[in-house]
Amino acid sequence: MSENMIHLTINHMPVEVPAGTRIIEAAHSIGIDIPHLCYHPDQSIKAHCRMCMVEVTGQRKLLAACSTLVWEGMEVITDSKRVYDAQVGVLDLILADHHQDCLACARNNNCDLQNLCRRFNRLKPDLPDVSSKERPRLDNPSIVRDPTKCVKCGRCVKVCTEVQGIGALSFTGRSAACKVTTAFDLPMNETDCVLCGQCTLVCPVGALTEVDHTSHVRHALHDPTKHVVVQVAPSVRVALGDDFGMEPGALVTGKMVTALKMIGFEKVFDTNFSADLTIMEEGSELLDRIKNGGCLPMITSCSPGWVNFMEKHHPEMIPHLSTAKSPQGMFGAVLKTYYAQRMGWDPKDIVSVSVMPCTAKKFEATRPELGRNGYQDVDVVLTTRELAKLIRYEGLDLKRLPESEFDAPLGTGSGAGAIFGNTGGVMEAALRTAYELYTGKELPRLEFEAVRGEVGGIREATIDLGGTSLKVAVANGLKNAEEVIRRVESGEADYLFIEIMACPGGCIGGGGQPIGTNNAKRQARIKALYALDKSLPLRKSHENPDIKTIYEEFFDHPLSHKAHELLHTTYAARPKRYDFTPYLHGTQK
Amino acid sequence: MGKTVSFISRNFGRYNPASLASYEYIGGFTALRKALGMDGLEIAKVLSDNGVQGRGGAAYDMGRKWSQARAVEAPHKCVVCNADEGEPGTFKDRELIRNDPFQLLEGMIIAGWSVGADNGYIYMRGEYSHLRPLLLSAIRQCEEKGYLGDNILGSGFSYRIHLYSGAGAYVCGEGSALCESLEGHSGRPRMKPPFIKQCGAFHLPTCVNNVESLSLVPPLLLDTQGFYKSQGTPDCPGTKMISVCGNVKNPGVFEVPFGITIREIIYDLAGGIEDGHQLQLVQLGGASGRLASPAQLDTPYTYKDMKAADLTAIGSGAILVVDERTSIIGFLRITQQFFFHESCGQCTPCREGNLHIRMLLDKVAAGTHTEQDIRLMEKYARIMSTASMCGLGETAQSALLSAMKRFPEVFAIKKEVAVR
Repeated sequence: MSENMIHLTINHMPVEVPAGTRIIEAAHSIGIDIPHLCYHPDQSIKAHCRMCMVEVTGQRKLLAACSTLVWEGMEVITDSKRVYDAQVGVLDLILADHHQDCLACARNNNCDLQNLCRRFNRLKPDLPDVSSKERPRLDNPSIVRDPTKCVKCGRCVKVCTEVQGIGALSFTGRSAACKVTTAFDLPMNETDCVLCGQCTLVCPVGALTEVDHTSHVRHALHDPTKHVVVQVAPSVRVALGDDFGMEPGALVTGKMVTALKMIGFEKVFDTNFSADLTIMEEGSELLDRIKNGGCLPMITSCSPGWVNFMEKHHPEMIPHLSTAKSPQGMFGAVLKTYYAQRMGWDPKDIVSVSVMPCTAKKFEATRPELGRNGYQDVDVVLTTRELAKLIRYEGLDLKRLPESEFDAPLGTGSGAGAIFGNTGGVMEAALRTAYELYTGKELPRLEFEAVRGEVGGIREATIDLGGTSLKVAVANGLKNAEEVIRRVESGEADYLFIEIMACPGGCIGGGGQPIGTNNAKRQARIKALYALDKSLPLRKSHENPDIKTIYEEFFDHPLSHKAHELLHTTYAARPKRYDFTPYLHGTQK
Repeated sequence: MGKTVSFISRNFGRYNPASLASYEYIGGFTALRKALGMDGLEIAKVLSDNGVQGRGGAAYDMGRKWSQARAVEAPHKCVVCNADEGEPGTFKDRELIRNDPFQLLEGMIIAGWSVGADNGYIYMRGEYSHLRPLLLSAIRQCEEKGYLGDNILGSGFSYRIHLYSGAGAYVCGEGSALCESLEGHSGRPRMKPPFIKQCGAFHLPTCVNNVESLSLVPPLLLDTQGFYKSQGTPDCPGTKMISVCGNVKNPGVFEVPFGITIREIIYDLAGGIEDGHQLQLVQLGGASGRLASPAQLDTPYTYKDMKAADLTAIGSGAILVVDERTSIIGFLRITQQFFFHESCGQCTPCREGNLHIRMLLDKVAAGTHTEQDIRLMEKYARIMSTASMCGLGETAQSALLSAMKRFPEVFAIKKEVAVR
């Protein structure tokens, strides 16, 4: 028996766990879920909500199970009268300060607080309603904040500060006036916020949710004059199943396509197609920059949270961003030009919908650069969660649906396109194509394990492009991105190509993915997308026959004039509203 | 004044607090010279042998605190002097700083030497800003004379003291909130573990002591005759700085031997109740303290006796005397308002509990309360004290809970209202 194992009992059951384990985790290991709201397995401990109070023999006070480390011989009781009274009391205090609008709440039936109420058989507290009367904040295209529902658990603050390194949300005020908000209560988009939506993933209640656009889609579907076309991002197919009780990482492509067709979309296309297109443009751009002395290192631009981060926090680095649009943006442009021409549709009659794992994509779709002649290339962006809502409305049981294929011709994607959803995936897809375009030889081995990785962290690798070595870096989570930027700006690193995804694990861990997404599920999804890639006959973007066709018929070649016009974009510095510089330099009174 | 003693306050009025030379003239820094010849653990042992308990309110064994702090292995450690003195009715630390700033600094330097720290921070409440120039000048003079800085008195020990001002939050008297505030963050308590002794201010192992605790160190080190131990009771030796205020004729700061009764403090030292009035209650240890009824006045002022009498065991040393002119419910509402204002808002029981109890007390004051209201008040007061994250929430309802026990009549249901 190892020396650093601790023996304790929980409700008289013996438990053995490594030293340094907290009571809540020790209980979890034997299947006991101690009630909690602020505790989150992927976050540091906050001990704010005090729901997890338990009794430990010999201790005068109740102890918080989330913050207390186990010790040898500890006896924990999680269900005594004292514990019950304290937990119900805390729950009642939280309920009295929570606007109970459950039926109309985005998180109805998917809410940690509601689950606790069910568990404690609690409907209304004995206490008067003291919830905030602030109006919900609908001040950006991506995220709604509803302060009346906030339980002040601090999960959003932690994810924003510790994982993303942004700190757009924080606690302000004290006592009953304590609340979570942005700097100076400004609209989120005018603060440091990049709309990544990680806060909406960790919020235990409906205080932070995506802006719901399902009604826009339904409205379009009910309009007979519109061609409603949908594209689905690579990472949605390995996450959607979560919302229907399937195994983490379950691949539901075929069922999802069936569901979209049954919902009524005229055409169901695959963003993997435009991911391949992105690789053609971005890969060519990289080779062009290397050959012609362009701005290096070149950094990927697929992740809209990341692009927002660059525009807001590092405008000086903008020339490093690839000008290639994101796959969503490219798809929209292709749909409303090439495909519209092919079908003889007026672009104004097309409603271009995308299903994305992302809240920042909602913002991206509103960028004026991503449209022309008075229309936007993508009209409505749904998150994975909103797609699940549409499927529920339709009354479909995803698990039992038959499988269907994406429509042609914008429905074929390679394995390289599929792994766009993973951290390191864009890099790997680009390397597969760049290698073959650069050397003219066939890649001996398609997998670039060195750039594959886990949730969080930074990976560096040197790739041999037939004699020329290419130093690359991959990061996910904006805190890591900031570190990569630091290395580049300080001259510490001499990368040529960098892939950054704003969310932990990449798009599979995006802010629009099903509630309950955590690092364990992220890992399962990463595995699933790599397995999908491996199972496909087509694994290189430049070999995708539909990609070849679109260049033959429309774009001519990567980086052509037309490609530049439709598939590339521009970025601009976006100053934050609050600028302390004058104060810092003492020029302001 | 036969019942007061002069040990911690022995220098009051004996030297010019603005002058280091004047402090040296009366023997200042003799204790530091002695301490520098002693091992840190030996110094901690002097504290333990004299049974010194921390004077900030938590009454932790001070010698143990120092020896634990010394045992922590780290390249840098710090000492923090908690001069936040936020407990309403407490003003003994203010008098110690005002009358004897050098003894405090001497105590802090000895603390630094004993625990192996290289920096000391005085965190002084914002309201004491008038004392800043005095302390800053005292620190500067000590630096000039080599009592602070590199290689203090040729001992090889280097140590600096920094003065910080709080911004007025009561909760910053709590050690970890103090550390947050010191670092420039909002003053909100931290989750424990890690404890301050391992990871406190600036993430360094930190030894936090109250002004009085640190001021006690120099006289104690020089007390070879055992005067300190001869004071007080065998169980609880020594002396204590107390502050008496409220409806007494002679409010002020006194140094008393442990074991003196509350009655003696009020009637002999503080001159008794203002003319023509009756003592109604005494609150001990500040706003977070329990209420004593007149029947408890003969309780000896020791940790043990006070605890046995179900009173706050010394706490901050505040004694607030209230006569019959103040209604008990009115008094509780003011106390509740204070905690409602001062809760940091981080943890549920304290953030929400203070709000609801305040509303319930308003009902009691209006006479519109029901049995259920009283039950709820007690229920949430207990949840606050058992489930809050820090000492603030834990003790915020001490006054209420003790009042419910000792003055049940003021919570009685007004029948006519209840029936209607």
